[in-house]
Amino acid sequence: MIMYKKRLDGRKFDELRPITAKVGVIKNADGSAYFKIGNTIAYAAVYGPRDLYPKFLQNPEKGILRCNYNMMPFSGSGERVRPGPSRRSKEISYVTEAALSPVVNLEDFPNTVVDVFIELSQTDAGSRCAGICAASMALADAGIQMKDLVAAISVGIVDGQILLDLDYQEEAYDKGDVADVPIAVIPSTGQLSLLQMDGQISKKDLMKALEMGKNAVNQIIEAQRKALKARLEVREK
Amino acid sequence: MEQTTSALKVSEKDVVVPGEILAEGIEYLPGQGMYREGNNIIASRFGLVRLEGKVLKVLPLSGKYLPRRGDVIIALVEDVNISGWRVNTNSAYTAMLSLKDASGDFIRRGADLTQYFDIGDYIVTKIINVTSQNLVDLTMKGPGLRKLEGGRILKVAPSKVPRIIGKQGSMVSMVKKATGCNIIVGQNGIVWVKGINPEDELLTVETIKKIENESHVSGLTDKIKEFLESKGKVVEIPQLQEGGDHEEVE
Repeated sequence: MIMYKKRLDGRKFDELRPITAKVGVIKNADGSAYFKIGNTIAYAAVYGPRDLYPKFLQNPEKGILRCNYNMMPFSGSGERVRPGPSRRSKEISYVTEAALSPVVNLEDFPNTVVDVFIELSQTDAGSRCAGICAASMALADAGIQMKDLVAAISVGIVDGQILLDLDYQEEAYDKGDVADVPIAVIPSTGQLSLLQMDGQISKKDLMKALEMGKNAVNQIIEAQRKALKARLEVREK
Repeated sequence: MEQTTSALKVSEKDVVVPGEILAEGIEYLPGQGMYREGNNIIASRFGLVRLEGKVLKVLPLSGKYLPRRGDVIIALVEDVNISGWRVNTNSAYTAMLSLKDASGDFIRRGADLTQYFDIGDYIVTKIINVTSQNLVDLTMKGPGLRKLEGGRILKVAPSKVPRIIGKQGSMVSMVKKATGCNIIVGQNGIVWVKGINPEDELLTVETIKKIENESHVSGLTDKIKEFLESKGKVVEIPQLQEGGDHEEVE
């Protein structure tokens, strides 16, 4: 095994890809956001709280959150994941919902739904994390009561080296072991609301990788907060 | 982390996002749009900070309307039933206007209800009751409650309604006087405008949109006055009564 000093794109092992975040990108939506990390671009639009049908889905105690994750047809290189509705996108919709539900408070809106639509116009790994980051900003923009914002990032191990924020080249590395662990963190409590894994990793390495991920989350939260606050300045002009 | 001193982390009119720590310690009290976690007060909504003595508040910048008892709203008739009308309130919940609350007249059984309100009509109505499950009851009995004829409807963010009305209705009455238009602002964010000529109506719509977009700017009344004067209107800012410095945040 070669000891690497740098990654293929020149990043350090614990360095994020460059982040761009914007809020209020979709006029028709009640709240919306754009989150770009490296070459992965996610849009999120929030509608609601609004009527929920069919009626049996309604919860008389609180409103429900409904997420929809979708990769646009032209978004990826088409090598591994084919865009469009699939088992995979259904699963990611579900884990996104689970990642966001712990912070969202919809007790004031029984029998309603808040719809979150996440669309990826360009993907280069880490799309579910980018989607969660965009969705949490869009929910805040829609005026939904939330305990905190949620930040998500992937960590992993490629050929024995623990890495932060894997891109597609690293994720698809085929000359050694690869593990990809997307996580979502609620920063105020440090709790994880999403933890998935693809590949193999030892317990020791996993703990190290998670620690690396948690440390990086502050940078993401900072970008999200800045974007939300900038929304007002845009209006002022 | 032992901390006994109380400290404010934000100041008046700061923009805060969910999860941001607003204050530490027990000196300050959490109002709407925030919660207390241990020693900290943390924002739970995206909005502007407001300090009222020791009580902190977050005034939301966005969000759907939540029906509240006593609010006067503008609503759209969506359906006509046997027992009344189902009405869209521009919120997550539809409301019911029942026969007995619909009119001062006696409405006979089996009468044609569309003669009173038909599908597609906008009405000014008052919320008389909201249940825990947010079932909403309306009434048409009260001053100013009626069906709207003509004019135009525009939608604004419900969180901006207090700004559009202004202190004791100062903002809306200023615009009314200057443009000669009739304006009704519903608490649910629907505004009705009717003028003698279309130009004035359009100017009024533009003015209201301007108030909505610049609602957080200080000295808004003067700015709107300038704007209306630049359009060739005569504007006077209504004088408030003594001691009437409270804001109409209803």
